[in-house]
Amino acid sequence: MSIDAGTQSPARNPSSAQPRQGFDHIDILWISEGMSCDGDTVSVTAASQPPIEDVILGLVPGLPSVTLHNKVLSPTLGGEAFLAPFRAAARGELEPFILVIEGSIPNQNIIEGEGYWTSFGNDPDTGEPLTLNWWIDRLAPKAWAVVAVGTCATYGGIHAMAGNPTGSMGLADYLGWDFKSKGALPIVNIPGCPVQPDNFMETLTWVLYHAAGSSPPPPLDEMLRPQWIFGKTVHEGCDRAGYYEQSDFARDYNSPKCQVHIGCWGPVVNCNVPKRGWMGGVGGCPNVGGICIGCTMPGFPDKFMPFMDAPPGGSLSSMMSKPYGVFIRRMRSLTNHTLNKEPKWRHNGAALTSGYDPRYRP
Amino acid sequence: MTVTERAPGEEQLGTLVEMAWDPITRIIGNLGIYTKIDFAHKRVAECHSTSSLFRGYSVFMKGKDPRDAGFITSRICGICGDNHTTCSVYAQNMAYGIDNPPLGEHIINLGEAAEYIFDHTIFQDNLVFVDFCEAMVKETNPSVLARAENTEAPNAGIHGYRTIADIMRAFNPFEGAVYKRALQVSRTTREMFCLMEGRHVHPSTVYPGGVGTMPQPTLFTDYLTRLLSVLDFVKEAVAMNDDVFDFFYEALPGYEEVGRRRVLLGCWGAWQDPSVCDYKYEHMTTWGRAMKVTPGVIVDGELVTNDLVDINLGLRILLGSSFYDDWAGEEPFVTHDPLGNPVDMRHPWNQTTLPAPQKRDFNDKYSWVMSPRWFDKRTGDHLALDTGGGPLARLWSTALSGIVDTPYVKATGHSVRISLPKSEKLPETTLEWHIPQWSNAIERDRARAYFVAYAAAMAVHFLEVGLGLIRGGDTKVFNDFEVPDDAIGCGFHEAVRGVLSHHLVIKDKKIANYHPYPPTPWNGSPRDSYGTPGPYEDAVQDMPIFEENGPDDFKGVDIMRAVRSFDPCLPCGVHMHVGGGRVLKKVHSPMFGASHG
Repeated sequence: MSIDAGTQSPARNPSSAQPRQGFDHIDILWISEGMSCDGDTVSVTAASQPPIEDVILGLVPGLPSVTLHNKVLSPTLGGEAFLAPFRAAARGELEPFILVIEGSIPNQNIIEGEGYWTSFGNDPDTGEPLTLNWWIDRLAPKAWAVVAVGTCATYGGIHAMAGNPTGSMGLADYLGWDFKSKGALPIVNIPGCPVQPDNFMETLTWVLYHAAGSSPPPPLDEMLRPQWIFGKTVHEGCDRAGYYEQSDFARDYNSPKCQVHIGCWGPVVNCNVPKRGWMGGVGGCPNVGGICIGCTMPGFPDKFMPFMDAPPGGSLSSMMSKPYGVFIRRMRSLTNHTLNKEPKWRHNGAALTSGYDPRYRP
Repeated sequence: MTVTERAPGEEQLGTLVEMAWDPITRIIGNLGIYTKIDFAHKRVAECHSTSSLFRGYSVFMKGKDPRDAGFITSRICGICGDNHTTCSVYAQNMAYGIDNPPLGEHIINLGEAAEYIFDHTIFQDNLVFVDFCEAMVKETNPSVLARAENTEAPNAGIHGYRTIADIMRAFNPFEGAVYKRALQVSRTTREMFCLMEGRHVHPSTVYPGGVGTMPQPTLFTDYLTRLLSVLDFVKEAVAMNDDVFDFFYEALPGYEEVGRRRVLLGCWGAWQDPSVCDYKYEHMTTWGRAMKVTPGVIVDGELVTNDLVDINLGLRILLGSSFYDDWAGEEPFVTHDPLGNPVDMRHPWNQTTLPAPQKRDFNDKYSWVMSPRWFDKRTGDHLALDTGGGPLARLWSTALSGIVDTPYVKATGHSVRISLPKSEKLPETTLEWHIPQWSNAIERDRARAYFVAYAAAMAVHFLEVGLGLIRGGDTKVFNDFEVPDDAIGCGFHEAVRGVLSHHLVIKDKKIANYHPYPPTPWNGSPRDSYGTPGPYEDAVQDMPIFEENGPDDFKGVDIMRAVRSFDPCLPCGVHMHVGGGRVLKKVHSPMFGASHG
């Protein structure tokens, strides 16, 4: 591997059983210079389903070969060696490519004069920084697909919080919600703060199968999220939901019970993390004692703050379910008590009392 | 950094080539490094570092519920966000007048230990070491690679690689065996982290007053088995790092000057001891010294203080080259600390962040990073402390104080001894890190491998203590609290790449002021109002160049090694730019050397 290359795989394409109509090779141009913490890139290095290196090395059958250009993972020393494919793509000399945007998009229009909120490389003529907005304006229309990774890029996130000085917004707010890429795809939004590692890799892999011509585009909901990942709520996948059903609630964070009275928004948040875990099935949020603060949602963070107070609707719904829940809990407790006893014929007595009857006929 | 005298005649003829790297890869965040290089003398004449990102945390946190601070500040950083959450918990605990139950504290300690192991591993092996790998050295210093092919690795018996070049090949990106294994280890150790703090990188289970993590024996079993599975890797990594770095000193005489600067190190301490720590400011000197990495300010090899109160009162945030308006005329928030000591207007408690975006001008304002400095009351200097990338300052400070004494880690006054239990391949091993001769790129990088071992050893200790509490029936992990109407708090911690402080002022139960100071504003700061350059600038400025390529195909690997040794992480605070070896501008500089004194 050359250090001047991107994270290029050896030149061999994975085998495929079907004849392909799509691309044999595609570049991924990943810009994390939005208002971000680079946490989504870091998160992606935690994925194991599939791991990023398997995609780059061509180990997943049916995918096109991929060259990844990502600042954190790039073997280049940086600067122009790293920027070359981005500059080529902006000139229309690199196709096809998938554009991945990480971080929210600041509003350059509110700056008077020549300042900037965030930049990515310089203008070779003036030596002054090129803004993220400049790059998006040139790259998005030429991209075969556009992917927004993390809640900042999808919906604005933390940096778009009330009182922010930068006027930040999500990518669809910037490009328009009806934006279509050159490959006729809407923006593919994969929210999460940060993105759950395997959720991203799984969605990217689907987009790559589509690029290879072997699958339809990924099914997205009206907020442009993958339906199979964000179609259910946290609560529907939470192993503490049983406590809710029985109206049995945690009063502080020492408790293993349902956390809706101490800040958990799980019943109304679209996310699969309690079911999938955070990585390799380990960790998560309310399933392991962390209140759901709604970090995958378009309304995050403001509509969930202050995080540690009960959501306004939480006390109403739990109050209404209380008579049922308390009754059910008592009944189950009785049943559970019975089930915790062995049947009476298991003993070491002189006589067999199991009801043994070899000539039984109904 | 040592300045070499030059004959005036030579300076007149010196040709400077502007070289810039922007963005710098294999770091977190937006960093640009702009240099002028004197190829005739193989030296860097001038360096500016700049960050091109402003998000405004200290601005948009005003007026919010202070309990939200740990969740919000985590989002400052995508690789060590949990360090912010933890530091915020420390600051909030002080403000609320509470502490964490012992088991809750040890769960946080175990989470933070896993974070150090994970983060240092992925940074060292997957990001830093690409600069030392075979593919890189072949392009920048072919003669060094040739020598490496013929140099036996002294620690081959531990790591299994016969020659230095074999080790370098194992670090080739995406293909080398150690590179790939490091990615796996970074996942296993992140799972350890997720067990304790819920999610990486923004934790879900950490609250002011403790954690919501369920303290079952299973939690500790799952953590322990993962920890044991990476111990061979940790021991081998120290041996490989020692071999490669010692080889560089040998193969390139004078390499100690790369990234070297005066010993000006700061460490704010890590891992609270719940038997001592009550989070009260009045007792901060005592519980600060009980931390399992000892805080300290080290100037020219001498320990100036290990007292967190002194450290706190010496903090100064200077402007000079940053895109902000000054706050000197604003109303102060905190005039005196709880002990009655006066608090400076330039202290983070009194800072008001007033962003002023403008054109970048290297002769005036050129960065979104401010210039944190530490006021040395002995001399009246505003010291541009660096963090040594984290591990160098932590080991140095802990070694000099000689306080830490645990079953697996012991400070001796001049070294730190680290014992790791038996693992699958390798026996029980005691490593000893000695205070080095220099604060330079190689020693920053070497310390990182040793600190991974330190963190793993401390994790074994915290596991034993934590399991002891559970077996004894003490399973409380969270202390409830009320937010006071008015309060102040401060937290001191070590983010992975060095010092981290959070300063909080609460008025009417809301955040009136909140200022996090992570390591990178310290390391990546621009020239301050006194003209003092920040540590990256200082470390790179006037350093020698060993790369064999000339200006036309120059990669700048030595400069990149110097900068990456600090473990830049610029969401926390910075921007290098090389024009692919292009000569951007030739400057005939009769003033050479006058611009940096």
